[in-house]
Amino acid sequence: MLVRTMRSMALAAAGAAMSVAAAAQTVEVPFFFPVAVGGPITKLIDQYAADFSKENPSIKVTPIYAGSYQETIVKALTAHKSGSPPVTSVLLSTDMFTLIDEDAIIPIDSFVKTDADRAWLKSFFPAFMMNSQTEGKTWGVPFQRSTVVLYWNKEAFKEAGLDPDKPPQTWAEQLEFAKKLTKRDAAGNVTQWGMQVPSSGFPYWLFQCFTTQNGVELMNQAGDTTYYDKPEVVEALQYWVDLSTKHKVMAPGVIEWGTTPKDFFERKTAMMWTTTGNLTNVRNNAKFDFGVAMLPAGKRRGSPTGGGNFYVFKKSTPAQQEAAVKFIQWITSPERAAQWGIDTGYVAVRPDAWETPAMKKYVAGFPAAAVARDQLPHAVAELSTHENQRVTKALNDGLQAALTGAKTPAQAMKDAQAEAQRILRPYQR
Amino acid sequence: MSQAARRSPFEPTGFGRVLETTAAWVLAVLWALPLLYAVWTAFHPAEFSARFELTAPLTLQNFANAWNAAPFGRYFVNTVALVTLILVSQFVLCTLAAYAFARFRFFGADVAFFLVLLQLMIMPDILIVENYRTMARLGILDSIPAIALPYVASAFGIFLLRQTFKQVPRELDEAARVEGAGSLRILLRVYVPLAKPIYLAYGLVSVSHHWNNFLWPLIVTNSVESRPLTVGLQVFSSTDQGIDWSIITAATLITSGPLLIAFLLFQRQFVQSFMRAGIR
Amino acid sequence: MTRVNAHVAGWLLLLPAVAFLALFTHWPAVATLIDSFHSTPRGRRPAAFVGPDNYAVMIDDPVFWQSVSNNLWFAVGTIPVSIALAILMALWVNDRLAGRTWLRTAYFTPTVLPMIAVANIWLFFYTPQYGLLEQVTGLFGAPSHNWLGTPDTALACVIVVAIWKEAGFFMIFYLAALQQIPPSLAEAAALEGASRGYYLRRIVLPLLMPTTMFVLINAVINAFRMVDHIIVMTRGGPDNATSLLLFYIYEVGFKFWDTAYAAALTMVLVVVLGAVALAQYLFLERRTHYQ
Repeated sequence: MLVRTMRSMALAAAGAAMSVAAAAQTVEVPFFFPVAVGGPITKLIDQYAADFSKENPSIKVTPIYAGSYQETIVKALTAHKSGSPPVTSVLLSTDMFTLIDEDAIIPIDSFVKTDADRAWLKSFFPAFMMNSQTEGKTWGVPFQRSTVVLYWNKEAFKEAGLDPDKPPQTWAEQLEFAKKLTKRDAAGNVTQWGMQVPSSGFPYWLFQCFTTQNGVELMNQAGDTTYYDKPEVVEALQYWVDLSTKHKVMAPGVIEWGTTPKDFFERKTAMMWTTTGNLTNVRNNAKFDFGVAMLPAGKRRGSPTGGGNFYVFKKSTPAQQEAAVKFIQWITSPERAAQWGIDTGYVAVRPDAWETPAMKKYVAGFPAAAVARDQLPHAVAELSTHENQRVTKALNDGLQAALTGAKTPAQAMKDAQAEAQRILRPYQR
Repeated sequence: MSQAARRSPFEPTGFGRVLETTAAWVLAVLWALPLLYAVWTAFHPAEFSARFELTAPLTLQNFANAWNAAPFGRYFVNTVALVTLILVSQFVLCTLAAYAFARFRFFGADVAFFLVLLQLMIMPDILIVENYRTMARLGILDSIPAIALPYVASAFGIFLLRQTFKQVPRELDEAARVEGAGSLRILLRVYVPLAKPIYLAYGLVSVSHHWNNFLWPLIVTNSVESRPLTVGLQVFSSTDQGIDWSIITAATLITSGPLLIAFLLFQRQFVQSFMRAGIR
Repeated sequence: MTRVNAHVAGWLLLLPAVAFLALFTHWPAVATLIDSFHSTPRGRRPAAFVGPDNYAVMIDDPVFWQSVSNNLWFAVGTIPVSIALAILMALWVNDRLAGRTWLRTAYFTPTVLPMIAVANIWLFFYTPQYGLLEQVTGLFGAPSHNWLGTPDTALACVIVVAIWKEAGFFMIFYLAALQQIPPSLAEAAALEGASRGYYLRRIVLPLLMPTTMFVLINAVINAFRMVDHIIVMTRGGPDNATSLLLFYIYEVGFKFWDTAYAAALTMVLVVVLGAVALAQYLFLERRTHYQ
């Protein structure tokens, strides 16, 4: 004790030169975080980092706000190639294979030593772990994750003679409701569509809802094979295409993701599929009573997950990596996972987070927030393979071709599969 | 514009004139529509972003929201630093090079001039992949100089100034030389002052171009500290939560405000500058 | 000044500009060529010489061909229309129609607005049902159309945005040219009894030819350079219907991280624009000889 006191006195006296020496003893953990704009989220993360360092004075976590997910991975990979990557970063769960192929990250398993560590790694919703594991190893830790849910306009339901508190439960019901909800004027022009599933930018994510509900997966766990041309996949696409072409309950052509919430607010569509991350937006801007529900079931219920995981980078010292994992464990504790979900609208990533008093209170006041959690048992991994962007683009192009009528669903999926297999050939062992 | 004082005998008259005036105005309204829409939406609550009712209440809330949602202050500083850096470097480099081409007969001048002109076509905008690599090698990714460097030597500027310098009477040059002035001194004392309007013209073209440039800054920057306004605006408007036009139009007016106001105030100079830059 | 001095001084003055040009234009162009014959380095696999493989992939790549064809249509759609509109605008503003200052302002404003910002506004114009375009067509009872979400109309929509953006810019150059035509020419033609159409066609248009050449070259460059609005409005969709060459290069280079293939794609642009540059150089040379 005396020694310590004396040392700290000496430190204080020695001033700047000594404090540099002291800093050398603390472990620096640069942490890339994907947030595009300032505002509340950066403040939350700053607070977490400060709190953590207070509890662990030997570790200094420095959050670096690197922009969107896309920009963050660019920045992280560039830094990796130039030899000075961050120690940890939150990146898309679907970036896992890219990061592995670039030899940029190390598995989390190497740091899981005690029983407590093992229990921690098992504490997450299994749905979120599907995008975090491959080759029998865990590469990412779920942090800010989302899924697709259905939003419906209760007033529109009433006008159409439907029970405003009963969302569609099955594909058949969804179609039936949508037919009743589609309104046309005297000239036959549609004034309100029954439903809307956006298809611009990343249609594969929404499409995965249909395929999962139709009981089929789009890729294998190894990320080196896709199943775009399976009959069930084509069938799922047929259902989506039919909504606009055959049943005329959804606007034809490619529907813009960005304008979908606005379409909903403007009562141009009575139901929409979009991310749970839109909850706050809808709550603030919908001028009518709305509901949030799990997506309707085909053969089963289902939605892909989305969002970001923590990764630990290879090119940092073992001490830094240990410190980073300690930080990740700390920030994904039940209380913090719950608070993070409440503050941001992401789905709290572990079941016990939903049992915390703070979360229970929140859900009691806003039951819609729990819909995403209830859907998680039905959720699957988001489409992710080696050469992820390219393989995904092959599917996106095929989906848009089918939705715009350029190709039949069968032809579109056959072409997409051929393209994906061509790209993935070098990865198949 | 002086000779325009006389009316041309071929100007439309009578009914034709009414017709053409109407057509011209229809086109003008179409051309102004995006700006008019931006003003409407930015000053009204979100419910009216797609509804145009004259009785809609006015608000400044969108501007407050936009300003608070992203570090536009910092983006402004970055953009101003960027266009200043580019402009100053361009002035210096292009002046020197243009002077060389205009007044020196040196070995390889023709080839050099062709190589310069090549940049008019094969501009840095399309060489994004290699230039990105160069910046990575230099270790200056995600910095304002990284955005500026590919543009500091401008073929357009060199060409424009060379044409101007060529028109400077040789007698002035020789008179200064007789007085014992060196080449650089002559450049500064004789050529540069005479080319002032061209500098203004080129400056305005350059500033408005780089203020609005997007793709290259999007690629080389990834932090608030280096992002210019255009990239900041895009990062801010492409969220997962969908598009909120009230906020976007407010942000659009904020970001292009300075240039727009400068344009409206100094319209004559702007237009004449662009004209000058175009007459080669 | 001695002859040797002139050589040295000339090159010294030129050096800074040439150095930057070499570093950021000439060298990258050459490096692009070199890279296009190598594979993309990934992880532990460094780049290897692969000969013309990337070009072979390119020839088999339907998205590349679609981008080329889109880009040609984009050029065919934007260049003539924006030049014609620019001439019309310049004539109107020059003819001192009522409120010509306002007209000029309205025509020129798009030039000073960032494309990235106005693209978001155009996105609203094209939005089905409650977008501005639909509100107008709706008045005439036309059925709703998904303008950007249908391959048949998406490219046309982004072409319109490009025309809107550049016509006013080109107008300025025509305005400058028109104001340099001596009024006596018009008076003489009027005395000869020429009609307005004849005067415009036979006297004004030929006098505008040099300006047209200049504007044309600018328009060609823009046709291969303007992708900002694609990034905002369609991201190349639906099903690559609006994918332009530079946009595809951006996608391949910075989303797929396939820099070698991106280099091969860039070479296509370099060759196309280099050919135009050569034509321009020859044209400019001819003009300077007359001076």
